[in-house]
Amino acid sequence: MDNYPVLIVVTPLLAALFAGLAAWIEERLSYPIALIGLAISTFSAFKVLMRVIASGTIQYRMAGWAPPIGIEYRIDLLNAMVLMLVSSVAFLNLIASYKSVEQETNDRAASFYTVYLLFVVGLLGVTATGDLFNLYVLIEITSLTSYAMVALGDRDRAPLASLNYIFIGVIGASFYLLGVGYLYMQTGSLNMADVSRILQSHQGSSIVLTAFILCMIGLWIKMAFFPLHVWLPNAYSYSPVAFSRVVAPLMTKVMIYIMIRLMITVFGYDYIFKTLHLSSAVVWLATIAILAGAIMALAQKNLKKMLTYIIICEIGYMVGGAWMGNQLGMTGAILHILNDALMTFAMFLAVGNIVYKIKDVDLSNLTGLFGKMPWTMAGLVLAAFSIIGVPPTCGFFSKWYLILAAFEKGAYQFAAALIISSLICAVLFFRVFEICFFNTDSKDHEHGNGHPQIKIEEAPVSMLIISGLVSLSLIVVGLFSGTIVNTIILPFLK
Amino acid sequence: MTDLLPLIVAKYNYWLYVILMMIGLYAMIAKNNLIKKVVGMNIFQTAIILFYLSIGYKKDATLPIVEVGHEGQEAVVRALDYINPLPHVLMLTAIVVSVATFGVAMALAVRIYQRYQTLEEDELRMRLSEE
Repeated sequence: MDNYPVLIVVTPLLAALFAGLAAWIEERLSYPIALIGLAISTFSAFKVLMRVIASGTIQYRMAGWAPPIGIEYRIDLLNAMVLMLVSSVAFLNLIASYKSVEQETNDRAASFYTVYLLFVVGLLGVTATGDLFNLYVLIEITSLTSYAMVALGDRDRAPLASLNYIFIGVIGASFYLLGVGYLYMQTGSLNMADVSRILQSHQGSSIVLTAFILCMIGLWIKMAFFPLHVWLPNAYSYSPVAFSRVVAPLMTKVMIYIMIRLMITVFGYDYIFKTLHLSSAVVWLATIAILAGAIMALAQKNLKKMLTYIIICEIGYMVGGAWMGNQLGMTGAILHILNDALMTFAMFLAVGNIVYKIKDVDLSNLTGLFGKMPWTMAGLVLAAFSIIGVPPTCGFFSKWYLILAAFEKGAYQFAAALIISSLICAVLFFRVFEICFFNTDSKDHEHGNGHPQIKIEEAPVSMLIISGLVSLSLIVVGLFSGTIVNTIILPFLK
Repeated sequence: MTDLLPLIVAKYNYWLYVILMMIGLYAMIAKNNLIKKVVGMNIFQTAIILFYLSIGYKKDATLPIVEVGHEGQEAVVRALDYINPLPHVLMLTAIVVSVATFGVAMALAVRIYQRYQTLEEDELRMRLSEE
């Protein structure tokens, strides 16, 4: 009865095993198995979230071993929220993926679903675990599967993009591992709560400082924080669209989650903001990241590439908010994990629909799309409004918290960068809308005698429903952001 | 300057791992051939494995297997006599991870070679910009 925390992670893992085995008998079996696995996982995540809200942190001991020796799953409000987010996004994307996998990687559909499940296992495990080394192993599971998935994409460019992603990903993970090694030298423990308790008496130690810096740099590489971002655009834009839809919203956001977890649970606020005084330096870095991401996005001619640079810009928001060192900033950063995952997901779902119909999403190919794919474009417009930050979509509220935090701390440059980048996003998306809405093919004008009939060619219904659902959720989450902040984020930060 | 030498000698294991790590990093950044880069990556990971192994070591200590004393009685276990096995066990997992990464990277290199007939990065870049 009390096994929901582990079911979240174990069911997709078992489903991956069976999906791989079933493919030997009958290729078509692996899709329903994957679907069932993720459905159970999502249901368990929901149960866990409800229980954590009702009765506080859950500690789950693997095989009954007590924490400092055994591995522990410690699920508090933040974990529970991210687990719910990851499992539901992965589940919804799987429903939408059936048609696009059929189209893009038909000959390797079974292996796609198997690796997809393993990727989700990694993300869920990273979020649930309370053990530093376990976290490393699960990060590597996520990364290895995403290298393989990226390579499944564009036959010409994806392998090279994936190989570059491996080189940088390995450096990132290794830095994190090295940091954990130093923490272990100082504390002799790997359990997060235990390490944090022992660190109380080692605040000035240079070993702890080294560990902290190594862990942070490792995670920044993994989350593509601005100067360390070079792997992300190619890897995400050449991967199969069914995978970029799940990796773009989740991977970087889960890495942000780990950073926040290390900052709050392991090293502690006092160490970072009172002993080290790193806050303003990192907020400056985040400011540069935001501006650089937005400006590089302006230079792109491909819709998918443009969106990957917007992800880099959003990473800057969250890192800046988390390092602001006040409660408002952390609230904004955590709320933005949720909102950014949802709006990136909505955006990539719409892009996936477009890719399904027209292979190449160069901006110049998008002419007349409002007529051809009205529902998809409606979803895209909502997602774009949320990324720009138009109320009442959810993107507005987290940006509002971040701006308030910046003013409270006096980091005006961060607030300015946030507003400028929102304006640049507005320019970017209105340029897309203009191309899609006003520029129609010249052929239509010649043949349509003053009354051109545009034929509607929409994506399959399964993809449309998911896209619509997620886009509408942007407004719902926006309207309920007060509730989310009051029931989940503020009690967590107390 | 006189203090530096004892520092290096006393903590030579750390210096060794840092040097190895830098060799790996250099290969990953500066080499032109993709296979050399992959090998550099492997050296980088091995350096970290060696770091972990060295932090578990103690002077004059032995393997953590508890010996049974005379007449079936267990000897008193003194932690000082045994090296710390935990970092070594952790590295078993890390070795698996690094082998898996190496495998994926090699497979990708094969794919790239099949497509472009070269593994030199500058030639690849030229081919990509031509298309």
